[in-house]
Amino acid sequence: MRKNNKTFPRQSWTFDEYTNSEIRRAAETGIYDIRGGGSKRRLPHFDDLLFLGASISRYPLEGYREKCSTNVILGTRYAKKPLELEIPITIAGMSFGALSGSAKEALGRGASIAGTSTTTGDGGMTPEERGQSNHLVYQLLPSRYGMNPDDLRKADAIEVVIGQGAKPGGGGMLLGQKISDRVAEMRTLPKGVDQRSACRHPDWTGPDDLKIKILELREITKWKVPIFVKIAGSRPYYDTALAIKAGADVVVLDGMQGGTAATQEVFIENVGQPTLGCIRPAVDALQDLDMHRKVQLIISGGVRNGSDVAKALALGADAVSIGSAAMIAIGDNDPKWEKDYNKLGTTAGAYDDWHEGNDPAGISTQDPKLMKRLDPIKAGKKLSNYLKVMTLEAQTLARACGKNNLHNLEPEDLCALTVEAAAMARVPLAGTSWIPGINNK
Amino acid sequence: MKLDLKKLKLRKVNETLQSIDPKRNNKNYTILNPEGNHAICVGLTDDIDITVKGHVGYYCGGMNQNANIIVEGNVGTGVAENMMSGKIHVKGNASQSAGATAHGGFLIIDGDASSRCGISMKGIDIVVKGSVGHMSAFMAQSGNLIVCGNAGEALGDSLYETDIYIKGKVKSLGADCIEKKMDNKHLKKLDKLLKKANLEKLKSKDFKRYGSARKLYNFKIDNVSSY
Repeated sequence: MRKNNKTFPRQSWTFDEYTNSEIRRAAETGIYDIRGGGSKRRLPHFDDLLFLGASISRYPLEGYREKCSTNVILGTRYAKKPLELEIPITIAGMSFGALSGSAKEALGRGASIAGTSTTTGDGGMTPEERGQSNHLVYQLLPSRYGMNPDDLRKADAIEVVIGQGAKPGGGGMLLGQKISDRVAEMRTLPKGVDQRSACRHPDWTGPDDLKIKILELREITKWKVPIFVKIAGSRPYYDTALAIKAGADVVVLDGMQGGTAATQEVFIENVGQPTLGCIRPAVDALQDLDMHRKVQLIISGGVRNGSDVAKALALGADAVSIGSAAMIAIGDNDPKWEKDYNKLGTTAGAYDDWHEGNDPAGISTQDPKLMKRLDPIKAGKKLSNYLKVMTLEAQTLARACGKNNLHNLEPEDLCALTVEAAAMARVPLAGTSWIPGINNK
Repeated sequence: MKLDLKKLKLRKVNETLQSIDPKRNNKNYTILNPEGNHAICVGLTDDIDITVKGHVGYYCGGMNQNANIIVEGNVGTGVAENMMSGKIHVKGNASQSAGATAHGGFLIIDGDASSRCGISMKGIDIVVKGSVGHMSAFMAQSGNLIVCGNAGEALGDSLYETDIYIKGKVKSLGADCIEKKMDNKHLKKLDKLLKKANLEKLKSKDFKRYGSARKLYNFKIDNVSSY
């Protein structure tokens, strides 16, 4: 309201409402902010790309009649039993401990109905998720919490985790309130202590060592299952090249929108690269080593719908992985718990204090009362519905581009809405043939 | 039964040891010409006896369950890593990360062990007759590390519930690691482990015990300088 010839009160762009609240919070508590999830800032993303569709020069496929294949085989390089999935959308690693047992079960159920894989996390493999997951990827993390050779041999693939997009170069911490009796037993820790996850593996340090570590894992599992190597979107060209050199069957590349159970806000928002900026350098590495489509590339970090899937595949990925989106599908941040979110000082859609274990949706908690709120069967069905919708959407876009297989999508099917996205994805800015950094037209 | 790594591929050697039929197969194996090969005797599950005649590379006996492995030589990085049960006896020296993350079993090293011996150990008992390098028992969670010689810098940094017994000198202790009282319970336990390692001649009272001060178990801003 303008009064007495004064100008309107003007808020600072630099010191906006959120920034000021964080300064006040830091001043009150003396500790940095810890939260779950991935980067929340506006980043160049798949939304900044568009499909061109078919025209005179391209011939479209009939939407409801002509087939568009979606299946993908992961681990064709060395594994005797590669992972054969019906759709190119996998469920990312999320630990039992960070998530409740019923949430892990729901993820397994949903993934199995949809014909895809789910992944363990820090803390080992639970019978619930092994029992409900037709395809289960077992993570080998620096902490090795719950790492058990019997479980290793039960896995359909092994994922050596080197980094997460939310925190490249960072470890993790599961606060004591989530270390229940069961979580403590699985991780060989006293109940109630903060569980620290190391940022480096305890028995290897560089790419030459990693090669030997992968050899050991293959020998233990008799060369049957694929070995994935998961890297954060840090230096995607070199890290992908080194993972290939070390013998990976599959490279999983997680951009900075990829979520975590808990880490520092400053880490999540200021370390790593956006998913969109990671894909082409990784594909470059694969192509330079003549390994594109021989070593498969899985992209994760902010994948939300079939459009994102199709765009990631068009840029050269073989599959995508979802974590945060899968949690939302099974009930995370559902507005039906708004009153409970308000009690925690937040609102549906913004709740990210997953490490505190008070999740009203019963997903990122070990509280028995809250866990009962999640029905793993119903939640699993929701996840499978969501995965099917994503697949249908991706197929729709691929057919419109004249492709009878999602993996036939290519960068030439895309244009960009912004100069930044054009440069990162290396596709022309809409209305031009200009690809920043590639040509000057 | 002799398995010669000059004549057989690693896969064949490990496959033989991983596929024991208790009714038909021999329980005693000798591996010849290991020549520093990596990942020898990994992922074993059966109660068999193996003697490795020579030096080995990384991860010898990795994730072992039940097998009794003797290495008549030196071992590379990560011997007995993530071992669950069984016994590994190294007659020579060990490189870094010996017994890393191991959940159980018994590891004896006749010589010295390099840095990070027992890193993140989760229940294994390790006896080193010589000395250990820096950062040994880093983030060690459970089990016992016994060192008859000296320990390097930052012993037991960020320790959880592992007990460390050192006979010689400790260059420095890591964050949250302190010397603790050696009561009868610990003396008895140490005597038992020394006997198991054929070290009855050593006296448990000559060792000092180190463990977690438990001050860093839950994050407190007042402890920030310790991290």
